[in-house]
Amino acid sequence: MIPYAHGTAPPMRTTPRRVSWTDPRVRAIAWQLAVVAALIAVIATVALQTAINLRARGIASGFDFLTRPAGFEIARGLLPFSSRDSYTRALLVGLLNTVRVSLLGIAIATSLGLLIGVARLSGIWIVSTVARVYVEVTRNTPLLLQLLFWYTVTQALPAPSDALNPLPGVYLCFRGLFLPAPIWHDGFPWIDLEQPTLVGFGFQGGTSVSPEFAALLVGLSTYTAAFIGETVRAGILAVGRGQAEAAAALGLSRLHALRFVVLPQALRVIVPPTTSQYLNLFKNSSLAVAIGFPDLMSITNTTLNQTGQAIEAIALAMIVYLGISLSLSAGMNLYNRATLRRGGTA
Amino acid sequence: MTRLWILSFAIAAAACSAGEPRDQSAPRIRTAGQPSTATPTLDSVRARGFVRCGVSTGIAGFSTQDTQGQWQGIDVDVCRAIAAAVLGDAGKVRYTPLTAAQRFTALQSGEIDVLSRNTTVTFQRDVQLGIEFPAINWYDGTGFIVRKASKVQSVKDLNGATICMQPGTTTETDVADYFRKQHLTFMPVVIERLEEVTNAYFAGRCDAFSQDRSTLASVRARAPNPTDHMVLSDVISKAPFGPGVMSNDPRWIEIVRWSVYALIDAEELGLSSKTIDRAFESDDPDVRRFVGKTDGFGAMLGLDPQWAFRIVKQVGSYAESLERNIAPLGIDRGINRLWKDGGVLYVPALR
Repeated sequence: MIPYAHGTAPPMRTTPRRVSWTDPRVRAIAWQLAVVAALIAVIATVALQTAINLRARGIASGFDFLTRPAGFEIARGLLPFSSRDSYTRALLVGLLNTVRVSLLGIAIATSLGLLIGVARLSGIWIVSTVARVYVEVTRNTPLLLQLLFWYTVTQALPAPSDALNPLPGVYLCFRGLFLPAPIWHDGFPWIDLEQPTLVGFGFQGGTSVSPEFAALLVGLSTYTAAFIGETVRAGILAVGRGQAEAAAALGLSRLHALRFVVLPQALRVIVPPTTSQYLNLFKNSSLAVAIGFPDLMSITNTTLNQTGQAIEAIALAMIVYLGISLSLSAGMNLYNRATLRRGGTA
Repeated sequence: MTRLWILSFAIAAAACSAGEPRDQSAPRIRTAGQPSTATPTLDSVRARGFVRCGVSTGIAGFSTQDTQGQWQGIDVDVCRAIAAAVLGDAGKVRYTPLTAAQRFTALQSGEIDVLSRNTTVTFQRDVQLGIEFPAINWYDGTGFIVRKASKVQSVKDLNGATICMQPGTTTETDVADYFRKQHLTFMPVVIERLEEVTNAYFAGRCDAFSQDRSTLASVRARAPNPTDHMVLSDVISKAPFGPGVMSNDPRWIEIVRWSVYALIDAEELGLSSKTIDRAFESDDPDVRRFVGKTDGFGAMLGLDPQWAFRIVKQVGSYAESLERNIAPLGIDRGINRLWKDGGVLYVPALR
């Protein structure tokens, strides 16, 4: 499988080569070095000139603003935040919101996508048709429109005073979903459930899911699930019919055949395009700004406007998005390699 | 959003390209009797034939498009006054609608010559952004609109409320500061576009919407049922609005400043678009100076003698501008009266 795996070295070149312009390899390396040098020179010139001219125009630059108090409030997130906290913390709150909605979105989109992909290939007409209509409708309308649609749906829920109360302590209204939350204390039984109660303008206590978060999560995951569904379908179709037939001949149920025979092989086709869907979902989460969810882009936007430091704020956002995208991509590549190895040589 | 990204890159690009040639153009416009200040903005406005003016995406009374697509409002009148003074025709303006979040970037990147978009003048904006605010053309303050059914009578009743606002506005920080000072809490919902944020408020997502009070008046007018809503009488901050220009062009700053002052001075001198033609026969030295009969102030600005006359002739006085744009909305002039009438409008005279 692996060449030269048993210590037999490859045949070495014995005559040393002279470095010569006629050698295509030398030329290639020289050209590449020249291009890289030119690129660095251009970037450095642009950066330097920008800095000089920003100073000439009296526009403050630099990242000093990051330590200044933000001065604005952010809706409750994972980190406690008040207007006295720094811009850095504000951006961190936004980043955590982005990561939270993306990870949950990826989990939901993957499960839903798998379901849709399998349903598309179902022999039952109604199941495959419903799946196809879902895919066509979701894939062929703009995501922004879908987000605004889901947001409007949340706003059609009843007012807090007439909130739906499906379970004790659970309330659903246009201000969000309110749930009991555990609180810890010293005495037995150490844990207690804090119920949300309607006080003044809305529910207090317990934990809650804001309509903005819900609309964004639902919008992102249903949209991406349609694409993942198609990838899953393609992946399953790429596995030879013989595999499923052989599994059936061995007496595996259809579900077991799918789970143990078809899907493991299909994964090799499914994983690479799904990686880009995950990346899309992550980047699309920046549309949150349209429906008022305080994600990284939304906080960057506010920071940019409060401080006026457009270049710094946008550069920071780009670096963070790039960093997360690359990590996500690297993680998926590792997983892909593991899948390939498990599947053996195809 | 995309626009903002593009603008940010445009700043970098403009900052790279525009710096040097502008300095070199300085000697060319130097003529006898004029100060030697470079006026790159005035030069390019003249060469181009129109003023590029950044306005709002639609705030009634300040900058909004009528059914024919014509821009109108008191901020639009500032753009028109500048065009009348500089180009001789108040119509020679190209308007760029900008959200609150885009406005400063558009000015810094040189996409517009002047930003006239109910922009609150603050220390940070004045000092940090390389922007100058030559004059104030409206004194406003941050307020709140609420549903009457909510029984909220004052800001103090809004403890624990959900409040809609727009990002990048002074409202965001004003409300945070005020609530902290009063030991009150609130939950912000921040949406960029005015239409969308007001829709969220109308839909009930927020208990209150906070903005400058003049904007709230037009928001209320647009409500499905205006009488269901009311603007609280509390004003929690000062919000002086004024046009903004880049601070690296002193002559352009002066032109914008005196275009606004001319509007207000015209009201003080009792001039209007209907009476200005007769002003040439006036014996009042102030009026004679204003219309350019004496003293030659136009040349000192790098303009012709009749610059202020044309502003009043084509745009009208400040009083006419308010009568046209603000009065129909039912917004009271309040403190935006002349100092003689008990207001705070007190501008230097043309002298």
